[in-house]
Amino acid sequence: MSETNNWEPKIIAFLCNWCSYAGADLAGVSRFQYPPNIRIVKVPCSGRVSENMIMSALKSGADGILVSGCHPGDCHYISGNYFAKRRFALLSNLLDFIGIEPGRVSFSWVSASEGEQFAEVVHSVTERVKALGPASRLVKQLDAVQAA
Amino acid sequence: MPTINKRISEEIRAQARKLLEEGEVAAVLGYGAGSLPMTVKPLVVRRPEDCSKLIWSAFCVLNLANYLPAALKSVEPPRGPRDPKHEGPLPKVAILATGCWSRNIVVQIQEHQVARGRVVVMGVGSRGMVSRRKVEALFPGLEILAVEEGDHELVVRGADFAETINRWSVVRDNCQSCTHPDPVLVDLRIGEPVSERKNPNPFKQVEEIEQQSGDERWAWFTREFSTCIRCYACRNACPLCYCPTCFVDDAKPQWVGKSLDAVDTGLFHVLRAYHCAGRCTDCGTCETVCPMGINMRLLTKKLNKDVLNLYNIEAGMEPDSPLPLTTYTMDDPEKFIITELTPVPRAVKEGK
Ligand code: SF4
Ligand code: SF4
Ligand code: SF4
Ligand code: FES
Repeated sequence: MSETNNWEPKIIAFLCNWCSYAGADLAGVSRFQYPPNIRIVKVPCSGRVSENMIMSALKSGADGILVSGCHPGDCHYISGNYFAKRRFALLSNLLDFIGIEPGRVSFSWVSASEGEQFAEVVHSVTERVKALGPASRLVKQLDAVQAA
Repeated sequence: MPTINKRISEEIRAQARKLLEEGEVAAVLGYGAGSLPMTVKPLVVRRPEDCSKLIWSAFCVLNLANYLPAALKSVEPPRGPRDPKHEGPLPKVAILATGCWSRNIVVQIQEHQVARGRVVVMGVGSRGMVSRRKVEALFPGLEILAVEEGDHELVVRGADFAETINRWSVVRDNCQSCTHPDPVLVDLRIGEPVSERKNPNPFKQVEEIEQQSGDERWAWFTREFSTCIRCYACRNACPLCYCPTCFVDDAKPQWVGKSLDAVDTGLFHVLRAYHCAGRCTDCGTCETVCPMGINMRLLTKKLNKDVLNLYNIEAGMEPDSPLPLTTYTMDDPEKFIITELTPVPRAVKEGK
């Protein structure tokens, strides 16, 4: 994959149904513009997002991944995001350890009333991913597989 | 004077015989002699007269906790519809355990894979186990036919050579960096307790990698795992990997492909290591059993380091506290969460 001027990253966003997804909705309703690079996957809680899902998105060619849940203390299931926080802290450190660029996989807390913040998070994530360029590490390239 | 390990072997045999004769346990999980030099095999002893087959040596590198759930199942009475109802407690199993294995047993108890009341832990203080690979590397191209073990040295013999080497110099990396060689859970003590090891930096190997640049780390990762043949020995030998269906065998969705593609292999290793986060005791078995000599233990060691730094927990040290990923505190670090945001241009904000 060559980097061209009109390359636009694809970013998979796992958004918690109760907060960040509603935040995305509010951003839309309030007409806050944000880059069209994200593809939203609605999940019941940030605690539902497993390392398998994140790595699978990366493998399938996502240039960036965003996981966003409710602010600590606001989780609909009380503590899902606290557990998620521990898991994601370890995962992002491990990915950094093996040389996956910091910024490929991002995490944020956005509540249902934070439409504007949601737009800002998406801006920020998109900028970071654009600066990194297309993902290549741990991305499965079909032609490489066929050649092997 | 017999060597320390000879004395420990004698004591294991005597204690195992006593436990079996008195009916205290239905089986003893230990080691028997392997068929090649520097190998041992896991052994389940059920009859007192077989206890003489039990041995202890510097080559006991397979983590016995891996076999404990199955050993416990194997001594349970049959529970079919026509079988008589079992009265009283289920039979017990005795198991040999050093520091790390005893911590793995603690994790199995915490994860409800093993009932505490059914295990008799025969605790042995570990003096570090020897890496067969490190010994072989000292004698390139030569066939080693026998290795005699002293307390501080090994005599390596081949067809036409015999050489004495220092024992500690060929001890496995994980044992050299171990700080808790003595079992944390002991029902029956074998030999003398060994003291906690003062290790100035148990995470040295991990830090060497952390200090490299991102590109160098990626190069290390790709190189280290490039020879993996996906035999899954590392997973099968690990006492944490007891899932009835491992994620690598999931077909829908298929998290990792089954090919030898470098990405699939890399994903397997990242995810396997990650599944051991907060549970791994750095027993080194995964690394020891790998036929390709891959150091996948560095990934779990990195996770161990982070779990210790972020949550102040070492796996299996406290039977009564929850595992690090099954609990949380309100003020867990969240440095990695995006907080500082790039400023958004006004025009965009106003939707123009
Ligand atoms: S690698 Fe993960 S899914 Fe597979 S057996 Fe181990 S813990 Fe279970
Ligand atoms: S991952 Fe390796 S070092 Fe950790 S407990 Fe399993 S076998 Fe032992
Ligand atoms: S034991 Fe070694 S070769 Fe086998 S799957 Fe694990 S790392 Fe790969
Ligand atoms: S419900 Fe939103 S993070 Fe749990």
